[in-house]
Amino acid sequence: MLFTSYEFLIFLFITTVAYYLWKGPRQWLVLLFAGIWFYGRQNPAYLFFLGGTILTVYAGTRGMERLDGRRKRRPLLLAVTGVNLFVLWLLKYTDLLFDGLMIPLGISFYTFQALSYLIDVYRGTEKAEKNIGKVALFAGFFPQLIQGPISRYSDLSKTLFEEHRFSWNEVSLGLQRILWGYFKKLVIADRILAAVQTLLLQPETYRGIYVLAGMVFYAIELYADFTGGIDIVIGIAQILGIRVKENFIRPYFSKSVKEYWTRWHISMGTWFRDYVFYPVSVSKPLLKISKWARKNLGNAIGKRVPVYLSALIVWSATGIWHGRGWNFLAWGIGNCLIILISGELEPLYRRFHKRYPVKDHWLFRTFQILRTIFLMSCLRLFDCYGTVRRTFVMFASIFTDFLPEHFSAGTFLKLGLDLWDYGILMAGVALMITVSLMGRTGSVREKIRKQNGAVRFLIWYGLLIVVLLFGCYGQGYEAVQFIYRRY
Amino acid sequence: MDGKQEKPSENRINAGKKVFSVFRLTAAVVLAIAGLAFLQALVMPKYMSGDTEGGMVREYYASDLDHDVLFIGDCEVYANIATPVLWEKYGIGSYIRGSAGQTLWQSYYLLKDALRYEKPKTLVLSVLALKYDEPQKEAYNRMAIDGMRFSSDKIEAARASMMKDEQMPEYIFPLLRYHDRITQLTGEDLTYLLYRPTLTYNGYYMVTDVKPVTVAPEEEPLTESEFGEKACEYLDKIRNLCENEGIELVLYKAPSLYPYWHEEWEKQVKDYAKKYQLRYYNLLEAEIGLDYSTDTYDAGMHFNVYGAEKIADYIGGRLQDECGLKSRRGEQRLEKYWGELVEKYRRQKED
Repeated sequence: MLFTSYEFLIFLFITTVAYYLWKGPRQWLVLLFAGIWFYGRQNPAYLFFLGGTILTVYAGTRGMERLDGRRKRRPLLLAVTGVNLFVLWLLKYTDLLFDGLMIPLGISFYTFQALSYLIDVYRGTEKAEKNIGKVALFAGFFPQLIQGPISRYSDLSKTLFEEHRFSWNEVSLGLQRILWGYFKKLVIADRILAAVQTLLLQPETYRGIYVLAGMVFYAIELYADFTGGIDIVIGIAQILGIRVKENFIRPYFSKSVKEYWTRWHISMGTWFRDYVFYPVSVSKPLLKISKWARKNLGNAIGKRVPVYLSALIVWSATGIWHGRGWNFLAWGIGNCLIILISGELEPLYRRFHKRYPVKDHWLFRTFQILRTIFLMSCLRLFDCYGTVRRTFVMFASIFTDFLPEHFSAGTFLKLGLDLWDYGILMAGVALMITVSLMGRTGSVREKIRKQNGAVRFLIWYGLLIVVLLFGCYGQGYEAVQFIYRRY
Repeated sequence: MDGKQEKPSENRINAGKKVFSVFRLTAAVVLAIAGLAFLQALVMPKYMSGDTEGGMVREYYASDLDHDVLFIGDCEVYANIATPVLWEKYGIGSYIRGSAGQTLWQSYYLLKDALRYEKPKTLVLSVLALKYDEPQKEAYNRMAIDGMRFSSDKIEAARASMMKDEQMPEYIFPLLRYHDRITQLTGEDLTYLLYRPTLTYNGYYMVTDVKPVTVAPEEEPLTESEFGEKACEYLDKIRNLCENEGIELVLYKAPSLYPYWHEEWEKQVKDYAKKYQLRYYNLLEAEIGLDYSTDTYDAGMHFNVYGAEKIADYIGGRLQDECGLKSRRGEQRLEKYWGELVEKYRRQKED
């Protein structure tokens, strides 16, 4: 059941009505049943895996609570984490188990979310929940099951298990957010998809300038698809009175790759930071290496070694999280290298800015933003072309196969998009950028809410009409899952 | 004292605000629905050129006159039976509820839909559709169902007809189906946005071209000689409905040479008619006086107006003789309606 299917809209309507009709402290049970139904509708077998994660994490946390101190809790932590990561590895990275069975949708998301709760209980920052239903709901809250964000128990549980009364204000804000998400997904992401697929699936044909075009198109598609999906998730949660943390903060306005990763897929970045980077940084082997490096390589290099190693481990893990294959590992290491090199060049940057004070000039900021977008688009080629070798070959073709005739009229009309499509995409992207710019000074929905009724009506009704008329959905269009559901 | 005086006026202001809010909300809802209805009307195909068969089903609602005979089926009825001749010659008022590739389940729900408005004495059902046990094309489904007025029958017709990738909400709100036509609109979509003239003569679609039969069709081997389960189920449903409503059901096979009408099919229809004591008019075996060199417009699959008139003449005679249909000439409303229709029909034929 896709978020963009009619079935899902009906399911959401019924769930919302049932949720608000079922008053009382057990209102959250409606969401639990809805989650089971929603996930089971994708494939009943998925419930088995989700159920396994919930059971092991619940048993682990309950067991840990009876033990004092991390040392005693550690075997349980390692056992439950090991089992879950092993299952994730089996399903996602090998064909050993259930050959031919589709990987449970969103398995990386719910596994990581459940493990974050387990680790928090291990650390003593979170108490073990006695009610297994609540643990199940936390791991299987239906809007975020497929593509996240990866919420923390401390954040989500504040509103997830509370009783919520129907609030027209919250519901209308939630609907507005959902509508915006559908706009991004249906009008932009799914429309540009035809060109992205044409360019990326036929690398032998589309080289040179087409690789650059593919980078731009894929950047637009990925952003519209993923952020659109998250808008829908957050909007659904808001309808139900539940707060889900933002997962994106205008990432394409980042001035560096490092900043980009604090604004793109934030929940994943912070997960790796809190549960991999920090523990690895202070782990005994790393401390030993650090000590050795300081002693043998000098203080300057010595203090960098553990940071670099931790960063390399985290980015490798992030790459592997996105999928199996050397290309994902290369993508992770590529990100790591850019961030580390950028850090090393900091003194140079500082000298440059001291001599040329352009740092705050809009032109320089624009340059930084475009540079970041370009670097991230280059790294995404690893994802686009599937293998490391092909990625390098295709990237090189930008320079080796750069043919002027590719600019001739009609070239880009052969990619599965017509003039209307390009027009709609340009207008759509312009609107996305405008909204992003408006969002710098606060919530755009709140700004719209301050307008008079007629203006509000025109804006939201207009957006609805745009989605209905220009969205890629229904007969004649292949229903497209969100890109991140595969991770 | 002042406070006591202010309270009623405050209440009045509050009540006024509430009324204004309700008014605003109502206006917004009405505007929103009107806007969506307008857009839906704009993007829906008008079928005024090209696939004009798509507009036939909705034309049924244009007149509130009742009919003695309803013809239901695919092109074997709407292309082959000139309804004006039935009136002119026999005083029989008839209507053809047909569309391209119309399946038996669509015929069943179109009959049910028609029974909301009238109760004909006779139903003539094209049996060619028995060969279809599955929906053929989404386009055919839309042509048969989009034109139906919204009702439970329309929903059921869609449910029975939908192909694998079709979805019910798109039948209930066709805007969802045709939204992408917004980039393909033509002048026709604006011209016929609010009003679409009828293109048929009580469901009869006139073609005056001539393309003679040059080659006799050869029988193609049948992969499945028995009619399908679903088709038979809906034939039974149509028969039961007619029985319950007191309508005489007549089975009909047009004298078209294509698609080939197999012996195995003929036997099944004959057996069925015999079993339930139904009349079966197989016009392939009838002496109608058709000239296959002048009476068809596509080498034997459909008849032109000259052939359709002969077929109508033949059927009219049999319906009057065998089904006891009496001439209704002289009924003022019918005379007026049919008089105008026949005149228009003659004009088009001459043109």
